[in-house]
Amino acid sequence: MDVRFLSAGDRALVVEFGDRAERELSERILGLDAVIRANPPEGLVETVPTFRSLMVYYDPLVTGRAQLEQAISGVLDRGDSCRSGARLWRVPACYEGEHAPDLAEVARLTRLTPPEVVALHSGARFHVYMLGFLPGFPYMGDLPEPMRLPRRADPRVRVPAGSISIATSLTAIYPYESPGGWHLIAGTPIRLFDPGRERPALFAPGDAVVFDPIDATAFASIRRLVENGEYAIESTPLVA
Amino acid sequence: MIPGLKVLAPGLHTTVQDLGRIGYQAIGVPVSGALDSFSLRLANALVGNPQRTPTLEILLSGPIVEILADSVRVALVGEGASLAIRGMQSRVTPAGESTTVRQGDIVEIVVGPRSACCYLAVEGGIAVPLVLRSASTYVRARLGGFHGRPLRKGDVLPLVMARGSERPELRVPALLPAARGEPIRIVLGPQQEFFAPETVRTLLSAEFQVSKEADRMGIRLDGPPLPHRGGWDIVSDAIATGSIQVPGSGRPIVLLADHQTTGGYPKIATVISADLRLIGGCRPGDKLRFVSVTAEAAEDLCRQTERDFAELIAAIAPVAERGGLDQVLLLEQNLISGVVSGLE
Repeated sequence: MDVRFLSAGDRALVVEFGDRAERELSERILGLDAVIRANPPEGLVETVPTFRSLMVYYDPLVTGRAQLEQAISGVLDRGDSCRSGARLWRVPACYEGEHAPDLAEVARLTRLTPPEVVALHSGARFHVYMLGFLPGFPYMGDLPEPMRLPRRADPRVRVPAGSISIATSLTAIYPYESPGGWHLIAGTPIRLFDPGRERPALFAPGDAVVFDPIDATAFASIRRLVENGEYAIESTPLVA
Repeated sequence: MIPGLKVLAPGLHTTVQDLGRIGYQAIGVPVSGALDSFSLRLANALVGNPQRTPTLEILLSGPIVEILADSVRVALVGEGASLAIRGMQSRVTPAGESTTVRQGDIVEIVVGPRSACCYLAVEGGIAVPLVLRSASTYVRARLGGFHGRPLRKGDVLPLVMARGSERPELRVPALLPAARGEPIRIVLGPQQEFFAPETVRTLLSAEFQVSKEADRMGIRLDGPPLPHRGGWDIVSDAIATGSIQVPGSGRPIVLLADHQTTGGYPKIATVISADLRLIGGCRPGDKLRFVSVTAEAAEDLCRQTERDFAELIAAIAPVAERGGLDQVLLLEQNLISGVVSGLE
């Protein structure tokens, strides 16, 4: 499939691969990102991988769209072997009580039982497509077909930090309290974003995430460990 | 005692900003930084700071501060803005000129009638920790600046230097003007194909007005709606500063420094970087028109703007003292031009 180069002003170039949230597109986008990060063209400022595109920010005092387009065209689809460092994260998730305010409604709308919703969500391995919306907010997919729902008609003004949510084919975790329109089916006590950490955002695009069900007691004890800086989330190198 | 500025009145939205948090958009962290980066850089040059030093960004109504330091050299930049200083030597210092205020002086920052924002630089800078390599405040995630939030009454903003250095005050011959009705230049896209050609023509011919829904994240424009040709819910992609995003309502929003890094609405056009400061300085009620240029032309305009700005910086000169120029002053001129040139 053809890649399109689209200008977003004089400081950003969109390298567009498609218009859907799909693994195949994501792999190509993340592959290009890895190649560019490993060997940045002169004047590159930063890159942002998304579902559909790689945004390439540049300094027009150093380079220009024409040079960048040429440089990027030369390395398209060379990225498959370049993606190293991706990790698989096991995220503790409490699908109970106050942590799961929309679980019953999601079960009703999908004609599943709440335990079936939990089993589907915690039984899947999700791909981190991109981060956005808020610092450290991961857009992950793909949800198993039976649990896909549109966003809530009535967004919440306040979604608590740590809420694990679903909408369409995606699942996400809110790093901060914020407004939000997704269905909240669980909560995690872990901290997704901390600017003081060497790795401020826990997940990076291209990582994989699995949710491990925990009960409310375990949630409370992990939260205490997190607050004391004594909790280390489990992760392993991701072998593709 | 730690030198500082005590906030007697905070102003509408006064935050610490620098040139932004570069390199973290891939993990969802907005760039933030000054709405008008050129004015911030100019203010820093006037007090002899490196141009990216953290300053105060002041929106629409200015704060009043008390000086808690032996002396502080300050400079304000923003069209029509001024410093009203009460103390041993009460005076009004216009924007574009440095002045040294003393312990106990009360300084009111008066925002001009044309531009929504102005920048107060202090010699040596504001002593706030860098978060992800920047002092810029991003209020939504409480990142950077002074405790991640706008200033409040009673805050004491710590300063790096306890007294201003002994040297002449500086003045720039002209300030960067606010928008004067000339069209704002945009590059169409990246999603103009979500709109019919006549809608793009509307964008390029109609007059828009800055609504009251305006903050550091973006400004919503009133005017003719910009309907989408088909759907408007796109799969999220990245957002550049200056993007003109059109949500389902058809009412465009120009996204500014604190915008989200990604979003799911089509973006009909992007304001060129040379004109971002004009948009950032807009007040509710201001009228706007747009004209389209190519990306290549926008890149050239960016380079030209930077050359013009370098000329402005080079024209900074000591304020003539009552007795006129003297030998010492002339000697120091050399020193000063060394201090104020360059980004670092």
